[in-house]
Amino acid sequence: MKFAVVVFPGSNSDYDAFYAASRVVGEQAELVWHKDADLKGADAVILPGGFAHGDYLRTGAIARFSPIMGAVTAFADRGGPVLGICNGFQVLLEAGLLPGAMVRNDRIKFVSQLVPVRVEQTDTPFTAACAPQQVLQLPIAHGEGNYYAPPGVLDDIEANRQVVFRYTSPAGEPGADWNPNGSLNNIAGICNRRRNVVGLMPHPERAAELPLGSVDGRVVLASVVKALAAVSR
Amino acid sequence: MKARVYVTLKPSVFDPQGSVVAGALQSLGYADVKDVRQGKFFEVELADADPATAKQRVTEMADKLLANPVIESYRVEVLQ
Repeated sequence: MKFAVVVFPGSNSDYDAFYAASRVVGEQAELVWHKDADLKGADAVILPGGFAHGDYLRTGAIARFSPIMGAVTAFADRGGPVLGICNGFQVLLEAGLLPGAMVRNDRIKFVSQLVPVRVEQTDTPFTAACAPQQVLQLPIAHGEGNYYAPPGVLDDIEANRQVVFRYTSPAGEPGADWNPNGSLNNIAGICNRRRNVVGLMPHPERAAELPLGSVDGRVVLASVVKALAAVSR
Repeated sequence: MKARVYVTLKPSVFDPQGSVVAGALQSLGYADVKDVRQGKFFEVELADADPATAKQRVTEMADKLLANPVIESYRVEVLQ
């Protein structure tokens, strides 16, 4: 299979995602410039972390107008798997491909640390290879990862099982002490209703090899390989 | 013609920056400061149009781009 990793001006985890997809998971991967109009025949798309367009105005607010986003939206509408990591998640929120919005972390801190994240749903293309309730050690690095959705929307997201990742203790227990940024309901990642578009603040691509402190992120990218293989079978 | 757009977080959304600024003001001795909400201000210069049309155009811009309606509200003023 083939991954497309979108490169916005200001992306900084683009090559990490490309490396994890191609060298660690061992699939084809191609970097796609944000001014390109097509996804080069990719089977899965990654919007990487960073500060697309300098995060001017709001995080992800300008990136959603990049020419490639037309192709990303069309790909998502066809059911193609799309993963937004950190800034990529923020872009998906601004583009309306995922519900809700990000506000500044509750303590105004830029948080950069390894955190436990519990997998809440295994029926998305990016968690298909996870065990239910599996706790992953993943790095976060953001100043604006405080997930917000209006009360009615938040209830819908929970009712439709759209919360895919939640911040918890290493044992998988949620609690205020384990919430690094103030996100409502300890939300670290969500999916759309169709479940093919997933966004998360933690960086699975930065936790794909032992020298980086964790290999738990591999399963997120490996999941889409498994999910696509199951579809084509 | 100029228009001004004021964007603020909705009252239901916690404003961490505003609360830090409030704390800083209190540290400066302004004990009467109860709360601060931080927002954004835009001045948009437009080709001449009648004020009603200008207001409608800029309101559309605020809704589509300048504010994120999920978390922010906005107010548009057209200057004569």
